[in-house]
Amino acid sequence: MKFFLRKLVRLLVVLFVVTFITFISVRWLPGDPIVIKTGGGATKAQVEVIRNYYGLNKPVLTQYWVWLGRAVTGDLGESLVNPIKVTTYLKHTLPVSLLLMFWAQFLALTLAIPLGIFTAYRAGSNTDRAVNTVSFGLLSIPEYVYAPLLVILFAVKFHVFRAVSEVYVAPWDSPYRHFKNFFLPAATLALVQIPVYMRLLRTDMVATLQMDYITMARAKGLSTLRILFRHALRPSCFSLLTVAAVNIGALIGGSFVVENFFELNGIGKTTIVAVLDSDYTVVQGVVLVVAVGFVISNFLVDMSYSLLDPRIRDARSVA
Amino acid sequence: MSEAPSMPMTLEVAQSIKPAKVRVKKRGRVTLWLAVGWLSFITFMTVFAPAIGLNNPKKRVAVVGKALRPFGKFFLGTNLAGQDMWARAVYGARVSLIVGFVTIALGLFVGGSLGLIAGFYRKRVEGAIMSTMDVLLAFPALILGILITTFLKPAGPVSYPTALRNVIIALSILSIAPFARIVRASTLVYAEREFVLAARALGANNRRIIVREILPNLIPQMISFAFTGTAIAIVAEGSLAFLGLSVPIDKAPSWGAMIAIGRKDIERIPHVVLVPAAFLFLTILSFNLIGDVIASRNQVREGGL
Repeated sequence: MKFFLRKLVRLLVVLFVVTFITFISVRWLPGDPIVIKTGGGATKAQVEVIRNYYGLNKPVLTQYWVWLGRAVTGDLGESLVNPIKVTTYLKHTLPVSLLLMFWAQFLALTLAIPLGIFTAYRAGSNTDRAVNTVSFGLLSIPEYVYAPLLVILFAVKFHVFRAVSEVYVAPWDSPYRHFKNFFLPAATLALVQIPVYMRLLRTDMVATLQMDYITMARAKGLSTLRILFRHALRPSCFSLLTVAAVNIGALIGGSFVVENFFELNGIGKTTIVAVLDSDYTVVQGVVLVVAVGFVISNFLVDMSYSLLDPRIRDARSVA
Repeated sequence: MSEAPSMPMTLEVAQSIKPAKVRVKKRGRVTLWLAVGWLSFITFMTVFAPAIGLNNPKKRVAVVGKALRPFGKFFLGTNLAGQDMWARAVYGARVSLIVGFVTIALGLFVGGSLGLIAGFYRKRVEGAIMSTMDVLLAFPALILGILITTFLKPAGPVSYPTALRNVIIALSILSIAPFARIVRASTLVYAEREFVLAARALGANNRRIIVREILPNLIPQMISFAFTGTAIAIVAEGSLAFLGLSVPIDKAPSWGAMIAIGRKDIERIPHVVLVPAAFLFLTILSFNLIGDVIASRNQVREGGL
């Protein structure tokens, strides 16, 4: 419990610092959102009136304090460029990024876990070496190279998917159209993660399989599948989980490159537009959401370590 | 019986008895030299590009609006603007390699120093440095990168050196925290070793211990990180270029920007995307391979101690 509380306090501090730095640094951005909003056609006095309306003339610290107070109650303010609430922005873009993240992780993990287990089980075999060599090569392909390749293959050659996604369709509205829209972007992100996940799992799993208790399990006559999935997988997925959590945290903010390439209206795309327009409130809102997501996913992983491996639980209770 | 007690099955032991290790060392040799060869080739080409008669990458050398296929009159074809793809790909390496090298040099210097100091002095110094690094890491990397590049961007058109400088600054700042963390972790290990204690007993001061006793032990590992880090920096530069936040393509072509521009016509003329993609892939792969080989050789030596 003490461990839990200490972690929680630390996370709150990180959130506080990150939002504060964002708050200060967006105000350093060269553009002036009010000038962009008024299209440069307003007089100095008019700009001042608008600045006053948004409270931009107050000291930055006061502004931050006001913003923080409202943010805690779920009010992230209004975009400085368009008359839209930041929460409305998030309501439209967050589901897109979250679904993209979910499908990408789902695809990546369903492929990487069996591959990792199998190559660890057959460590040193020809299959293992082949998979390892290929995955090492795949590590060197960034998403903006995968994306055009997938488009050439699936959209141009076979016409299975469209190169550019249409308007966002929720999976509960039309699963088929949703799938058609999200498959290529999700596959692009998954392809980047599969070799990483697979290699991490393989390394840890090879070590686990050398443990005495695995020999014991085998001596008891348990089946190979049962040993691999029930006995060896759980203590072997720490590195995998850690990295997956970092990815999940990062992808809550959407993938800038993939969302741009496939023209998905997720958080990533919104952020870039907002930064280029110096739209302070939107950038702040997005960074807050992303930082919260990042911090929560890391927190959950920290908590799950002790669920995965009882030895850690014991070590903690002793410490 | 005075035989050595059976060793516990630790990760190190498991790795040292893995039969693949020996094979990797032998097998790595050919691929290692291929990687070194590719990097030398591409570096040579970018440095001496004008001297060996490469076309100007920004000059129109063929018909506009009709991209020529590769392996015809032009080795890698042309793009819709009638520019030589081979020349553009080679000049694109300039941006990537400069950004990769300089970023990692800066990041490793600053991050490495911070990590060394944190790992050696511990206590408050370590707390201050590492919590700053935690905040840097908690920031979404690309948002931070975008913020920095937009912040540094002057009003109006950006010149080539300025754009290059801005990308390098942004990526260097991003690379400080990971380097600091890794170097700190290794420093912790060495700072407790007997030879450090011996040096202290002989009257060496802290600076001497850091520079002469600890740093030399970290260097092989740092070289390995530098190679892998360069690969990551090149990928990151590509991402920024892809989003139009790196060097503008009309100033100097870069691989990421070429892929971003070419994707509109990917259905008709795929080679406009595939050529920079292939160059990028080979370069990143080479850096990763060299980093990996250095890391594994380093590990073998440690295991043999």
